Amino acid sequence: MTNESKEFQELVEKQQAGLLKPKDRFAIPAQEMPAQDALGRRSTMSEVALGYTPMQARLEAMRCLQCKNAPCVEGCPVRIRIREFVEAIANGMFQEAITIIKENSLLPAVCGRVCPQEVQCQEKCTVGLKFKDVNQSVSIGRLERFAADLSKGCGAVPAVAPTTGKKVAVIGSGPGGIVVAADTRRAGHEVTVFEAFHKPGGVMVYGIPEFRLPKSIVQEEIDVLSKMGVKIVCNFIVGRTRTIEQLMKEDGFDAVYIGVGAGLPKFMNIEGEHLVGVYSANEYLTRANLMKAYAFGRGADTPIAVSKNVAVLGGGNVAMDAARMAVRLGAENVYLVYRRSEKEMPARIEEVHHAKEEGVRFCTLQSPRRILGDAGGHVVGMECLRYDLGEPDESGRRRPVAIKGSEFVLDVDTVIVAIGNDANPLIQQTTPGLEFNTWGNIVVDDNCKTSMEGVYAGGDIVLGAATVILAMGQGRIAAAAMNQYLAR
Amino acid sequence: MSFKILSKRQLSENVFQVDVQAPLVARARKAGQFVIVSPDPDAGERIPLTIAGANSAQGTIRLIFQRVGKATAQMAELNEGDALGYVAGPLGRPTHIENFGTAVCVGGGIGIAPLLPIAAALKEAGNTVVSILGARTKELLILEEEFRTLSDELIIVTDDGSYGRKAVVTEPLETVCRRSPKPNLAIAIGPTIMMKFCCETTKKFEVPTQVSLNTIMVDGTGMCGGCRVEVGGKTKFVCVDGPEFDGHQVNFDLMMKRMSAYKALEQKAYEAFREHVCKIGLHHKTTI
Ligand SMILES: Cc1cc2nc3c(=O)[nH]c(=O)nc-3n(C[C@H](O)[C@H](O)[C@H](O)COP(=O)(O)OP(=O)(O)OC[C@H]3O[C@@H](n4cnc5c(N)ncnc54)[C@H](O)[C@@H]3O)c2cc1C
Ligand code: SF4
Ligand code: FES
Repeated sequence: MTNESKEFQELVEKQQAGLLKPKDRFAIPAQEMPAQDALGRRSTMSEVALGYTPMQARLEAMRCLQCKNAPCVEGCPVRIRIREFVEAIANGMFQEAITIIKENSLLPAVCGRVCPQEVQCQEKCTVGLKFKDVNQSVSIGRLERFAADLSKGCGAVPAVAPTTGKKVAVIGSGPGGIVVAADTRRAGHEVTVFEAFHKPGGVMVYGIPEFRLPKSIVQEEIDVLSKMGVKIVCNFIVGRTRTIEQLMKEDGFDAVYIGVGAGLPKFMNIEGEHLVGVYSANEYLTRANLMKAYAFGRGADTPIAVSKNVAVLGGGNVAMDAARMAVRLGAENVYLVYRRSEKEMPARIEEVHHAKEEGVRFCTLQSPRRILGDAGGHVVGMECLRYDLGEPDESGRRRPVAIKGSEFVLDVDTVIVAIGNDANPLIQQTTPGLEFNTWGNIVVDDNCKTSMEGVYAGGDIVLGAATVILAMGQGRIAAAAMNQYLAR
Repeated sequence: MSFKILSKRQLSENVFQVDVQAPLVARARKAGQFVIVSPDPDAGERIPLTIAGANSAQGTIRLIFQRVGKATAQMAELNEGDALGYVAGPLGRPTHIENFGTAVCVGGGIGIAPLLPIAAALKEAGNTVVSILGARTKELLILEEEFRTLSDELIIVTDDGSYGRKAVVTEPLETVCRRSPKPNLAIAIGPTIMMKFCCETTKKFEVPTQVSLNTIMVDGTGMCGGCRVEVGGKTKFVCVDGPEFDGHQVNFDLMMKRMSAYKALEQKAYEAFREHVCKIGLHHKTTI
């Protein structure tokens, strides 16, 4: 179909006249998002998914049935008015679409790219249910991305209320922190964001790779904060450079939001994990993203071992990102070793799909027993065991059971561990009076308020490893509560 | 914030001392803590350096570093009036300081620098401080004067006998441990191999021993796990659980293997940098 094609024009006319019947809508094929060629992209960091064209976006939007009860909205953690924005796109009212999205979501260009839509809005979509295939749901995420990208670069700066004289400290510049900074600044407070790293953006800059989320998108959001008058202080480690108590008692901050993320990577605790060539995914991705290891010898100097055969342990987004990064850093063979079957993988479907296209080999129902090293302490292989799926466990997923005598050695020189994070203990160590649970996560009430007066928290440090949208959602709630608290 | 270098001294061929403006760090830091610095605000290896001292009135911290890789070489090129890309910290848990009685402080090579604030704090807390400093050769010995002033007893050894006794630090350490009463605490900071043998020595005499580990680091806040070591059979992160640990529990052999990890690559970056600097004619010797 082309823009001028009669077919498309007819659909548009019917849509605008309100004559498009469900039957017509079901007949429109789900629109695939154009992507870089799978082979070519193995050697470039630039974004893989290219986004819809306006025609594709309108076609995809016309697949939406405009359900009265809009079940998709229930699946959305921040309750975007999905039906309305999708309709606006179907009608070609792209600016209106983005305005509707922004009522609830501050970072649509990010969320459109990284949200696990297939377990949120799109899981509930009537179209997907009708076809009994979540991949046939209206591609809400792609439409969100489309609308957000069209308004990219226009850099609209939200209005800021007259100054209140109150000071807000935001600790951590991840998605939660960004939302809190924007929302409290809008209310007229003086806001400072403290970030431990030398670049703001949290996991969105040092974790999620460029080929999935271009850094310029995150930077644009940070620039908007600066334009609103938010102060961003990098290389500042709250708890060490200044404690929360000092910020509040000595530096005059009236309210604090803690959004420091999950932090501490977990290891498997198996033999050989200290060998040279074993990395946490956090280390591997940080070196690659933030410190541009891929340009090693060409200006950036952070060395990650030059790997030929890489095993990545895990099945989540982080594991996919690490595996696909390894491909781009020139590894010949990349194995994704996962204990359960592909169905149980928590990663976004699209990432699994892209990883496979790029040649990552999926070794499911396998798990490492130990990592083997040579005399110099370098990784030379990984001994694995094969598994069967047994009875379901507490999480409802079938529990993998080791098959006796199924040991084999995978020939690898690098092992990347991507099995999740524990909570970073730094704030806990340095903030007496703040309540934590047994896992080291901060305890908050429904308003994201902590056990300390004026102190709020959200994101991964509260939820354990979560998602960008959940961190944003908590940021929204916390900021509203903070604004209310400061207005007393 | 500008992290301006207010003064610079060359302590030996490859060792430099700078006083850098970082008022918040100067105010917050305690003995045993470190900072992460980079000559370049955007890219480059993040370098962990122990804080060798601070002047909170002036708002400066003292850093002593050795030119070993590209980033430290780049730092060595900076002069008074120039600024570092960033300084983040103070990081790590401070040393536990109290009046233990007699403390023996062993420093080797560049490890003498991080030892200084700890020895000073121990002295201030009322301890009798016996310092043992070791270097390969006389020219590489740093901070002798500072240690002479604060120590109750100072023993110097060099590998080649060019200054002090010709010995390795474990020899006088053993002698001191044999004394009666034996020291109440030992602190050893230096090359990993030195710390390993110091711990073996003090273990024989059951003298509790603290070591300060200088592993590879990326973020310095617990996020990457690159700094992990095995202590008492458990994985610990040097940047958040340390940098000081009970030396008798540390698996030094494992640590030494890991330390060699990036050496070859780092060397490559350094060579490339040297070549680059020579080509554009920037290379100049820093005046002392
Ligand atoms: C590789 C990877 C891929 C992911 N993929 C997805 C995905 O596809 N979709 C999705 O929804 N989610 C994904 N996630 C998860 C998502 O990124 C996180 O849930 C989200 O970023 C958490 O946001 P946050 O606000 O808690 O802060 P974070 O983004 O975790 O940021 C916290 C910030 O606080 C800073 N900080 C920490 N301690 C201090 C301190 N003491 N003082 C000052 N600053 C401090 C940190 O340096 C960091 O910048 C992924 C995560 C990773 C690691
Ligand atoms: S559930 Fe699907 S079809 Fe119904 S309104 Fe939402 S996006 Fe449209
Ligand atoms: S340096 Fe990254 S966890 Fe310690």
